[in-house]
Amino acid sequence: MTAVADRIEQASRTFEPSARLRKLGIGRGTAWLILIVILIVSLFPFWWALRTGLSSNSDLFAGEQSLLPAGYTNDNFERVLGTASEAEILDSLGRQNTGSFDFWQSLKVSVIVATAITVGQVLFSGMAAYAFARLRFFGRDKLFFLFLSGLMVPPIFTLIPNLIFIKNLGWLNSYPGIIAPFFFMTPFAVFFLRQFFLGISREVEEAALLDGAGHFRTFFGIIVPMSAAPIATLAILTYINAWNENIWPLVVARAPERQPLTVALGQFTAQQPGTSPDWSGLMAGTLLAALPIIVIFLVFGRRVVDSIGFSGIK
Amino acid sequence: MTAVQRALPRRWPLLRSGNLHGGWPSAFWFLLPALIGFVAFYLYPAIRGVYISFTDWNLIANEGDWVGTDNYDRLLDDSRVWDSLKVTIRYTVINIVSQTILAIGIAVLMDRLTKSVVIRGIILFPWLIPNVIVAMLWVWMLDGNLGIVNEFLGWFGVDPIRFFTDTDKVIPTLAGINTWRHMGYTALLIFAGLQTIPKNLYEAAALDGATERQMFFGITMPLLRPILALVLVITIVGSLQVFDTVYVATGGFGGQPGGPANASRVIYLYIYQNAFDFNQLGYAAAISVLLVVILLAVTFVQLKLLRAGESDLS
Repeated sequence: MTAVADRIEQASRTFEPSARLRKLGIGRGTAWLILIVILIVSLFPFWWALRTGLSSNSDLFAGEQSLLPAGYTNDNFERVLGTASEAEILDSLGRQNTGSFDFWQSLKVSVIVATAITVGQVLFSGMAAYAFARLRFFGRDKLFFLFLSGLMVPPIFTLIPNLIFIKNLGWLNSYPGIIAPFFFMTPFAVFFLRQFFLGISREVEEAALLDGAGHFRTFFGIIVPMSAAPIATLAILTYINAWNENIWPLVVARAPERQPLTVALGQFTAQQPGTSPDWSGLMAGTLLAALPIIVIFLVFGRRVVDSIGFSGIK
Repeated sequence: MTAVQRALPRRWPLLRSGNLHGGWPSAFWFLLPALIGFVAFYLYPAIRGVYISFTDWNLIANEGDWVGTDNYDRLLDDSRVWDSLKVTIRYTVINIVSQTILAIGIAVLMDRLTKSVVIRGIILFPWLIPNVIVAMLWVWMLDGNLGIVNEFLGWFGVDPIRFFTDTDKVIPTLAGINTWRHMGYTALLIFAGLQTIPKNLYEAAALDGATERQMFFGITMPLLRPILALVLVITIVGSLQVFDTVYVATGGFGGQPGGPANASRVIYLYIYQNAFDFNQLGYAAAISVLLVVILLAVTFVQLKLLRAGESDLS
């Protein structure tokens, strides 16, 4: 027995990642090199968009491929933000502005829609998750299973009936129409929060209930503060998803003043001519539209990264 | 008293009695908003979607008459349905193979080299950016005349590639773009799976003189199976529903969505065109019923084949 233990001890001492990688024939240095290339590939398109957005179209069409902006200019960002005059547009673009969108209006739509969806979805999904995790009522597990089966319903299947429903309500081109399908719940949000609520000790809750607190006070006073971290993570993911949603607002909001940034940018692209499109303007608009997501990620990145391992299986 | 209640410790008499957590009256208000959302935007549209597929629904009049199985008869004879299905499957196969292989590679590299949150964050970053924006970034970088990628390939003597205008290249190009967006996310899921594999298994294998290759195929892959099954289900179901990237990347600059020559008309786009360009919602609903059947079959078969949920560890 001790001989075996010794051998394991010995093996684990010699067992180091670098040794194993050498065995594979690639050194640790090569492995790092590959990883660095992957990191560059992940980030380079964003630098290239920034560099292009700060370049002048005439230099781009001359085939300039420098890593730094070619013919540095702010004109493109000003054009997207609507602070450039028509003369300036004509000057920097060399022609009329083909295809445009009201950046500030679309930004406003995106912010309102994403915020409303996040607040509603997290709150209502949390309440349902609490009922499924803690309350006892007839048919609870069957109802939860039914909710979960909603995960299997692909968005394309509900797209057309939902659009007809929203049209019947007279909500086309309106905030309620864009927000409603995501406002009350998603099966994932209910499932995600229920998992966390199940893990909370019943002791604290029992004490509160014995003290005569109702379920609402217990939920908002005890469960929610104790689950602040997972709730925050869910809220961030919900916000990003709502911000990125394209197909639903595309079909429900045909009016430009109700189009969020994703849809407006898509239309802006579709209006570009085949010859000499406004590349630098497109890239400036693209970066500006991604900026809120980039900021959220810089601030809350760790939460988002840590949440990815969560899959519900172990 | 239910079995669950009996299982609770005696010091929680109120919970054991079931009075405090009992019944629909207390659960009702917690569940109401989520129930409204579930019924209105999941359950009802899922049923109504099937109904609409048996009508000739017209969005302008917003009504339709029962036409029996006409839409399904038409679908079986419509070569464009099967062509778009072929395009979708080609896209899915290319996307899944490249994405899964890259993701496993990245996950193994990270597992060996670093647990840095910053590095994981950078790798995840493209996944958080809206599809619309990702499509625009790559349309610019892959442009046939001015794109940096062709410039880069030119250094190695490769002739410029017409990524989006060549009917043979457009689907691999789109699959590559989505591989770029999703490989980091998939890698993090697999990375999380790698953390659950006990390190002493590798030590024992090293002790027996196993090579790196043997360890990868003998230990890592079998024990990763549950997470790989989950990842494959998520990514295949997602790939079969690709839309945003195709719509934006092929729709601008004088091109038609799904172009050139319908070489990139995926099934989701064909459903979209039938519903919103041709105003044939009944027919579009019938095609989406077909897509749902395919998605459910794929999920079922995969979970069976990969025996998800049971790893060789347990």
